[in-house]
Amino acid sequence: MKRVVITGAGTINSLGHSVPDTLEAMREGRCGISELEFRDVDRLAIKIGGQVRGFEAEGRFNRQQMTLYDRFTQFTLTAAKEAIDQSGLVFHGDLAARSGVVLGTAGGGVSTWDDNYRSVYEDGKNRVHPFVVPKLMNNAAASHVSMEHNLKGPSFTVSTACASSNHAMAQAFQMVRSGAAPAMITGGSESMLCFGGVKAWEGLRVMSKDACRPFSANRNGMVQGEGAGVFVFEDYDHAKARGADILCEVVGFAMSSDASDIVMPSKQGAARAMAGALADAGLNASDVGYINAHGTGTLANDKTECAAVADVFGPHADDLMISSTKSMHGHLIGGTGAVELLACIMALRDGVIAPTIGYEEPDPECALDVVPNEAREAKVDVALSNAFAFGGLNAVLALKRA
Amino acid sequence: MSISDRVIAIIAEQAVLEPSDVTPDSTLEDLGIDSLGLVESIFAIEEEFDISVPFNANEPTAGDFDITNVAAIIAGIEKLVAEKV
Repeated sequence: MKRVVITGAGTINSLGHSVPDTLEAMREGRCGISELEFRDVDRLAIKIGGQVRGFEAEGRFNRQQMTLYDRFTQFTLTAAKEAIDQSGLVFHGDLAARSGVVLGTAGGGVSTWDDNYRSVYEDGKNRVHPFVVPKLMNNAAASHVSMEHNLKGPSFTVSTACASSNHAMAQAFQMVRSGAAPAMITGGSESMLCFGGVKAWEGLRVMSKDACRPFSANRNGMVQGEGAGVFVFEDYDHAKARGADILCEVVGFAMSSDASDIVMPSKQGAARAMAGALADAGLNASDVGYINAHGTGTLANDKTECAAVADVFGPHADDLMISSTKSMHGHLIGGTGAVELLACIMALRDGVIAPTIGYEEPDPECALDVVPNEAREAKVDVALSNAFAFGGLNAVLALKRA
Repeated sequence: MSISDRVIAIIAEQAVLEPSDVTPDSTLEDLGIDSLGLVESIFAIEEEFDISVPFNANEPTAGDFDITNVAAIIAGIEKLVAEKV
C-alpha cells in the first residue's frame, strides 16, 4: 500500500477566494454569513447564508465557457487551479493517463435548474439554451477539471448529500493508496444559494434565521453556504521524489450507513465511522488531537455527534478539541467536507485550531471542548474530519501531520 | 367544517387514524407523529388555511406556537387565522 499525502489545496467560499484568505478568516474567527442577495429573496423566510461575494466569473472564464459552467463548476475550477498550481504538478504522459478527478456535490447545477424552470414555467418560454443539460449535470465540474488539467484517469462524481466531499476524498484516497493512480484531484463543490435551492431547505424547518451556533445551547438550526474545496492527493513516494511541499498525510477513512432514518442522525452510525477511520489508519483514539465536527447547528446533529465522540474516545473525548467551522462559512452541503478539511490542515500544519464561533451558552448534551469563539494554538498530530449526511451516510477521514 | 375539525382531520390523516380518535388532549407522541410527521402536518395546515406557522424543528418549544397537544395546536391555528383577516 502507498502512503498518501496532500500536496495542493484550493478553495473559494464565503470566508475567502483562496486558501490563505480562508485560513486567515478562520484564525480570526470571522463570520462569512450575511444577508443573501439574489432574485426573489424577499419571498424566502430564511434570508441568510454564507454567500461568495465579489466573484467575477466573467473575468475568469470566456463567453463559451460561461455558457457551460454553472456556478458550482466555476467554483470548482477556481479551487482546482489553486490546488494544482500549489502542487506544482503538470499532467502529461503516464501521469496524466493514470491521474483522475473525484469530486462531491449534492445538487450539481442547482441555479441552472432554477433559472431554466423559471424560464419555461414562470416566463412561459418554450425554448431553453442548448447546453442546459451539460451545464447542470452533477459530473460537469469533475469533467471540466479533467479537461482543463488533462486528467485522463478514473474520474467521477459522488453524491451523498452533506457527506459528498468526504466520500469523494475517500475514493481518491483509496485510488492513490492502492497504487491505481499516482495523483488524484478531489474535494467538492456546491452552489444552492438561489431561490429554489433555499426554498427547498426552508421546507424542512431546520434552518436558522439568524446564525449558525453549533454546540451552543441556544442553537436554532443550520445556515447554508456555497463554494468549493479541492485538493491534490498524491502518492508519498511520487511527491517526495519531486521534492513537493507536503501539507499533511491522509492516513485512513471509513464510511458507514445508519440504515435507520432519512433525516435523523444516528449515534451508532457516526461512532462506527469515526472508530472505523481510526482502525483503518492504525491509530489509537488517544492520538487524535482535533476533530472537525459535522456540527451543523441543529438540535439533532450536535447532540448526536457529541455522544458519538464520547462513545468512541471515552475519557480522551475531554482532552481533544472539536470545532465546527460551519459557524463561519455555513453548510456547503456536498462541498462542506472539502472546505472543512482546510481547518484540519491548519491544525496539523500551522498548529492553529479553528474556532466554533457564535458560541453563547454551554449545552450539557454537547459538553466537549468546542474551541468556542476564538482560535487556539495547539500542536496536533492527528485530526479527523466528520461528515454525516441526510440518508444516514457517514464518511470520516483521518489526517496526520507531515 | 370548523377550524378545529379541519386541523383534526389533517392530524388524523398524518397519524393514519380516524378523526374521532384524535382528542383535544392527545399529544403528537400519543398519536405516533414523529418530528418529520409534525413538519408535514404543519405544511398541510399552512396550505389548508393559507397561513405561515412559526415553527423551527430545532426549537420546538420556542416561539408562540405551542404543540403540547391537539387543543394547543388548534388554538394556535385559530389565532393565526384570526390575525390573517
